[in-house]
Amino acid sequence: MHWVFEPGFFSSGPVHIACVVGSIVAIVSGVVGVFTVMRGQSFAGHSLADVATAGGSGAFLAGVSPLFGFVAGGVAGAGAMEMIGVSRARGRDLATGIVLGASIGLAALFLYLGTTRSSTTGASQQILFGSIFSIVSSTIPVVALLSVLCVGIMALVHRPLLLSSVSTDMAAARGVPVRVVGLLYMLALALAVGLSSLAIGAILSTALLIGPAAIALRLTKRIGWAMVTACVTGVGAVLLGVLLAYDSYYWSSSHAYWPVSFFIVVAIFLGYLVTELPFIRTSTTRRNETRASTAPDLDSMSRVGSGQSAGPTR
Amino acid sequence: MDSTGPDATSSELLEVEGVSVSLSGRRILDDVTFGVRAGEFTGLIGSNGAGKTTLLRVILGLQRPTAGRVLVLGAPRSHRNRSMGYVPQKIMLDPDMPLRARDLVALGIDGNRFGIPTPSRQRREAVDEMLHAVDAEGFGDARVGTLSGGEQQRVLIAHALIGRPQLLLLDEPLANLDLKSGQEVVTLLDRIAEEQHIGVLLSAHEMNPLLPVMDRIVYLAGGRAASGPTDQVVRDEVLSALYGYEVHVHTLHGRILVVAGPMEESGLPPDPSLKAV
Repeated sequence: MHWVFEPGFFSSGPVHIACVVGSIVAIVSGVVGVFTVMRGQSFAGHSLADVATAGGSGAFLAGVSPLFGFVAGGVAGAGAMEMIGVSRARGRDLATGIVLGASIGLAALFLYLGTTRSSTTGASQQILFGSIFSIVSSTIPVVALLSVLCVGIMALVHRPLLLSSVSTDMAAARGVPVRVVGLLYMLALALAVGLSSLAIGAILSTALLIGPAAIALRLTKRIGWAMVTACVTGVGAVLLGVLLAYDSYYWSSSHAYWPVSFFIVVAIFLGYLVTELPFIRTSTTRRNETRASTAPDLDSMSRVGSGQSAGPTR
Repeated sequence: MDSTGPDATSSELLEVEGVSVSLSGRRILDDVTFGVRAGEFTGLIGSNGAGKTTLLRVILGLQRPTAGRVLVLGAPRSHRNRSMGYVPQKIMLDPDMPLRARDLVALGIDGNRFGIPTPSRQRREAVDEMLHAVDAEGFGDARVGTLSGGEQQRVLIAHALIGRPQLLLLDEPLANLDLKSGQEVVTLLDRIAEEQHIGVLLSAHEMNPLLPVMDRIVYLAGGRAASGPTDQVVRDEVLSALYGYEVHVHTLHGRILVVAGPMEESGLPPDPSLKAV
């Protein structure tokens, strides 16, 4: 029996790569995820993940890095959803469902063929549930580049996207090109889903996207702080997951590594449960609710009537 | 009849000229013409489905008219028009949304700009000043989603005003408010129109709450409009021509009641089941 971590943890190459890639991915997911949760688009994120599954399994079959498949699949999915959404709103749910079904079907075929060819069941595990320890170091520059692109897009559209999230009409009246901004955000979301798929698998990718962001929205009132909190929470969950997965080798006599994704997702879930505790929610939301329910006092009303004001003058 | 300064009467801030809108074969607006002047409070009155929101969307450039045109400050409106502030009917915000009232007001300054905002003292002071102007300083740090309807309305007005528009458009701001909050918002808008010398165009399905402050009225019915000073529009013959059937205007304790159908001598509708508009 040993304590907390096995001594080889800090000297292992795959662990280093896992920590670096996992942290980068968690930061990207935190930045994008806050908007995803805020806009109520976690279903869109999940849809992109389904298409990314097909892309990733296709890339595996073709013998290239699944990352390219994840990202290509996600971007193609974002484009398809945009086209469906624009042409006719009524058939959108149906069309999305059919596209997603086809994507998963395609993934089933690719994974089957991949498994038969390489005569290993590793493909399904790696694509669907991730294998952060098998990432090769040459992938890091690509991950970094895509992450910079994704965060760059989010920085670019930050204000117009925030205003569009409040009301598209208000944004459009303000001169925001709402469709372009929405499309850029979907592109960023597709990149984030692709990167997250690399770290914890396509099926679980939205957990890293949605979970830390949902926790952050419980704890902060400002979007900047929400992003920081989501990034810190996500990085924490990933590092904890990597540590525990590495450690799990010694947990049973059979000596097998438990999947990192399992630990990351459980850490996020437990974090979310903690923010559900009454005293934590009280400290942010409740206070505002009490405040909001009190009517304006008579003093401020009389000020309205008398026209006395320090408002802006022209 | 105008209570505005000497320079205001000459130019109209907003001119709506013969605007018609048809959506999938249905005529929503039919040859609507009116103007809004600086410092004036104009009420856009009509029942549900009369075309109020469509008309506001045309003015904002969110909806293309089938015929006619909209001039803002004498020129056809461009897509990025900074001279108009807009307050939508309703925003649906989750209480969890990490957006404080002051953040939403600040988005009125530069919400259309790309890139990360740089916090500045000037920006902060402008927001504080605007929150004070709409009596919202008490809840400036609360999340917008946790505010009451009346409080949200003030914040949205502050958001629209901080860009220093010359024209403020509001879509049914009183629809979701109780009577007292509604009266406060109306008084606030009247004060702002006068102090900042801007034109206010406010849509409502009921004209009575606006009577004390309304300089002009645009009365919409069946997609057509009658406009002018309130007392010249809200008359039997004008509204009957607009509706295409006989209606009568009654004044009851300072409130106006528009009633359809022929009248008896009593001054009240003979059949209470007849439609009051």
